Parts: sequence; structure tokens; C-alpha cells
Amino acid sequence: MMTNPSFSFLSTGWTLPMLSRLRCAALLAAFAFLALVAIQPAAAEVRIDITRGHMRPLPIAIPDMFGGQPQESQLGKDIARVVAADLERSGLFKPIDQRAFIQNVASLQAGPRFADWKQINAEALVSGKVEIGSDGRMRVEFRLWDVFSEGQMAGQAYTASPSGWRRIAHLVADSIYKRITGEDGYFDTQIVYISESGPKTDRKKRLAIMDQDGENHRYLTAGEDLVLTPRFSPTAREITYMSYFKGIPRVYVLQIDTGRRELLGDFPGMTFAPRFSPDGNKVVLSLAQDGNTELYEMNLMTRQKRRLTNHPAIDTSPSFSPDGSRIVFNSDRGGAQQIYTMDADGGNVARISFGDGRYATPVWSPRGDLIAFTKMKGGEFFIGVMHPDGSGERLLAQGFLVEGPTWAPNGRVLAFWKEGPSDERGRGISSRLYTIDLTGLNERQVLTPQDGSDPAWSPLIP
Amino acid sequence: MKLRFMSIFAAAAMLAACESAPESGATQASTASAPAAAKPSIVPGSEQDFIANVGDRVFFDYDKFALRADAKAGLDKQVAWLKKYPTYKMTIEGHADERGTREYNLALGERRANAVKDYMVGAGIAKDRVKTISYGKERPVALGSNEAAWSQNRRGVTVLGK
Repeated sequence: MMTNPSFSFLSTGWTLPMLSRLRCAALLAAFAFLALVAIQPAAAEVRIDITRGHMRPLPIAIPDMFGGQPQESQLGKDIARVVAADLERSGLFKPIDQRAFIQNVASLQAGPRFADWKQINAEALVSGKVEIGSDGRMRVEFRLWDVFSEGQMAGQAYTASPSGWRRIAHLVADSIYKRITGEDGYFDTQIVYISESGPKTDRKKRLAIMDQDGENHRYLTAGEDLVLTPRFSPTAREITYMSYFKGIPRVYVLQIDTGRRELLGDFPGMTFAPRFSPDGNKVVLSLAQDGNTELYEMNLMTRQKRRLTNHPAIDTSPSFSPDGSRIVFNSDRGGAQQIYTMDADGGNVARISFGDGRYATPVWSPRGDLIAFTKMKGGEFFIGVMHPDGSGERLLAQGFLVEGPTWAPNGRVLAFWKEGPSDERGRGISSRLYTIDLTGLNERQVLTPQDGSDPAWSPLIP
Repeated sequence: MKLRFMSIFAAAAMLAACESAPESGATQASTASAPAAAKPSIVPGSEQDFIANVGDRVFFDYDKFALRADAKAGLDKQVAWLKKYPTYKMTIEGHADERGTREYNLALGERRANAVKDYMVGAGIAKDRVKTISYGKERPVALGSNEAAWSQNRRGVTVLGK
């Protein structure tokens, strides 16, 4: 792993933004029901209102960062490319083609000629510089400019090893995203998932991890054992998952950096559906024994296990609320799969899903305001969200099979996977990862070397 | 793997027995065209005997783990054979079709495997001869995204071991 970059605010120009203009007042009205933005920046500056309506992505100019030496210049180019790609993929920004730029990178160091950027309809501008010091460390600084008000909106400097340039780029993109949308970013994150290959009757599955944009892809298992449902710990340095190692289906915890794998607990049956508690001290999971599946928690400090449910129905897919006080889970105790919540100690069980169809794989949003789920109805699968009391159900994606939503750490983007039907010879099978905005807009495929399923989004990398 | 291959073989044979014309699957069709019973090489009391002449699997309805009448009849045959050859131990695999979610289907497969086990034990098979494992929807045997395939994949399979 790369060392953590350090960063500092640029002292010059760290000023509050000047007046710009309201981007689209009409959209503000439609926005309230989502209650997504905790703090709304002053409405007059360049900003993006996140709404359910059709959004116009914000035109942003992202020139290459300036570098005096060839290596610096190349890094400046690479960083700008990754920043632009991150922002573009969010669906909220439209990076302007660099060939349209009038002011060049070198002269931009002396300050923007705003008229040049207005002329190409840029509403925001990013300038930056890469320097490699005598100690070999890379210093990257960037500034975000409001083109119409001709003021600086943000500025930061980061120091890291040059090999950590991708991560710096994601941090810059997160900073821009946050300054303009008012939401935390999610670009400095990873996704762990199951890479799939081979025929459906004998699918080879491997744990794999990558940056959220699909880069730095690597496999964590070789494919000799069937592995399923990986999930990150809050530090993003451990993964809990299920493996059929030696033909016995059990939950394991893997230390990513060391590759050390540990069997989780001594349970008298199949353990599966694991998930960390928000403080990382516990894993909640299902134990199936003698035809009955119950929820248990395993305390990673004391190694004590505790039974949380006691019902002859299937109880599985548990997920903690972000404050750790509640657990949402899947049960068929009412006759078919539905979503229930309970206290973290198993008390106060309440069913929350009441719509037509079956509900599964509930996952509590990191913001606490929503629960994402898989729904099955009328021969189709859906990804949806509802409030923790079951109200306000909205379906975001649908298909022959869509399953397993996972939240980006800012709680407003979901990843999931999609499978297509196959014919009698198994032709046509596919399993692909996708992301979608909480509005149901901007569905994007996450490209993986082979098929993929069971994505889990990391927290922001500490 | 060997056992699994044989299970597939058996499934193809069973399909052929139920349906007059095997579907487009070329390999299935060619395997199934030779009637299993006519094979002279099957030794009574062997795993092949169990698979070909008794049947190693039973099927379930969608999202159900209750044994159907045809499943009980099949298990009665299995139990009779297993009593005749008491040295075998067995693992009951529980499987689900692709029309459910992964984790729930693991639990459902475990229910199905235990439904089979409980029936066998109730019919007099020693409990310590029978283990269970669930594969959920991870190991379908019939390809295709249609009810014909799904009904073959919702199954409990008796895999013999020593």
C-alpha cells in the first residue's frame, strides 16, 4: 500500500466564493424530498443541486497540471486525466475537451484569464501544479475557480510519493466534488468484488479488489475455492467474506496487506452473509444449522459469539445502522422474504417492507437515512431504497437479475451487479458491475477484466 | 469433481427418461441416447448403480423445501439402497435456482439438504452417515434461464462417499 499523502490548504486564496448565479432554481423545488444535502452552500455560487429531475452536468475545465520537468509534466497530465474521469463518471460534471482551451497551462500558473474560460462556457476551472522535491517527494497543488465570479473556491496541496499519483488525483476530485455539490466525495475508495469466469455449472470465483474507477485491479484469491460476498471493515484494511475452503462453507476475515486469512469463530454449521459493525469490533453473520438460519454476532476482541435471532424462519443478510444501534436483515418469517429491523441485541423486531413482491439484501446507508435492497416481483429484479421505517420506497434499477446493492461512503451512489439470462447451452451469461446515482440516473458499468458480482464499496480510505 | 460429473450424467439420463426428445444440448443428447440401464459395466452396489438405477436427486418447488410426493418416493428408493449397502456415507447437497438472492438461497439450500437428511434419518438411516452442504444458487446443473432448467436446479443431491 502507498503511504498516506499529507495535505494542506493553500493559504493564498482560501477565500469564500464570490457571487455567481443560481444554476437552476426550478430544480430546487423537486429536490427537497430526497433530503440529501445536509448543508446547502450559498445558492449564488457555482454549485450542483442534486435532484431527481434531469440534471445538466456542470461544464468544468480541467487542464493538465503544470510541471516544470518532464516527469512533473507527465504526472500533471495523468492526474488531470483521472480527476476529469472521476468527475465525469459521477454524472454531475462535464469536463470540457482540452482542445477547446484558449489559455495554456504555463500561463495559467500566473492566474486564470477568466474571459478565455467564459468563452468556452466553462463554469468551473481547475488549475494545478506538480513539483518533485530533492527528497523525491511529489507536491501537488490545485485550485478550483468559479469562472463567472472570477474567484477561487478551493485550494489544497498534497505531498506524497510520485507512485501515489492516482490517489492524489482521487483526493483532488473528492475535494472538487465536495466544494461544488456540498456532498462528501467518494473517489478515494476501493471496490472488492467476486471475479467470475467459466460455465455457469462450474463457475470459477475469485476475490478481487480495485480502485472505484476499475484501476489497480488485483486478485486476492487464486480461484481454487468458491468465494462469495466480500465486505470491507471500516478501516478498509480487512475483508470479511465466505469461502468453501476445503469444501466447508465458512466466514473468513482477510487482512489485505498481509494476505493473512482467519476462520471466523467455531460455529457448528455453515456461516455466511457476514458484515462488519461500524466500529469494526464485531461481525454479524448467519449460521445455518439443522435447516434453520439465525443471526449471530461475533465479537472480534473477546471472540465471544452471541445469538441475535431465535426463529424457525430464515434470518440472513444483516447490516448495521451507521451508529451501530440497529440491524436491518432479511427474513421469511412472514411467509416470504421481507426486510426487518431490530436492535443490535436482537430486540424490537419490526417488519419494514410491505410492498408487492419479495425483498432481500438490505443494506443501511452510511448516512443512516435509507436502506437499499433487492426486490423480486413479477419475474424481474429491482434495486431500490426505502427509509428505515419502510416508507418512501423508490426503485432505481431493474433487470432480469440485479442484486446486492452496496453504498458509496457518501450515501448517494450505489453499486450492484447485473446478470443476463442464458440459453439452454449456457450462452449469453454475463455478470457485470454497475453504479447508479440515488436519483436513479447515471447508471454506469464498472469495467472489470472478467465478469463480476457481489461488489462492496469501501469507506473513504483512511 | 468426478462425482459432480457423474451427477450431471445422471441428470441427463433422467431428463432423457422423462422427455421424449432431449433439447438442443448436444452433449446431453449424445450422453442420454445410450440408456443407462443397458450399460453392462454398472456394478450393483457401486456409485454408478446408485446414480443410474436409483437416482441421486430430488426436486423442489420454487422457494420451498417441503418434500413433494415424487421426492419422497425417490428418497424411499435411495433409503432402500443405502440400507442394502451400509458402508456408504453421504453428503446431501442443497441447491437453489437462479431466481433468488445469493444469501437467502444459501439458507434455502441448507433447508432443502436438511429436509432430505431428516427424511432419510426418519426412514432409518443412521444420522452419522449423513452430512449436508448448501451451494445456494452457485452450482446449477441445468443451463438456461427458463422454468425447465430452474426446476432441475432446485434440488437435493445425495453424493456418496466412504
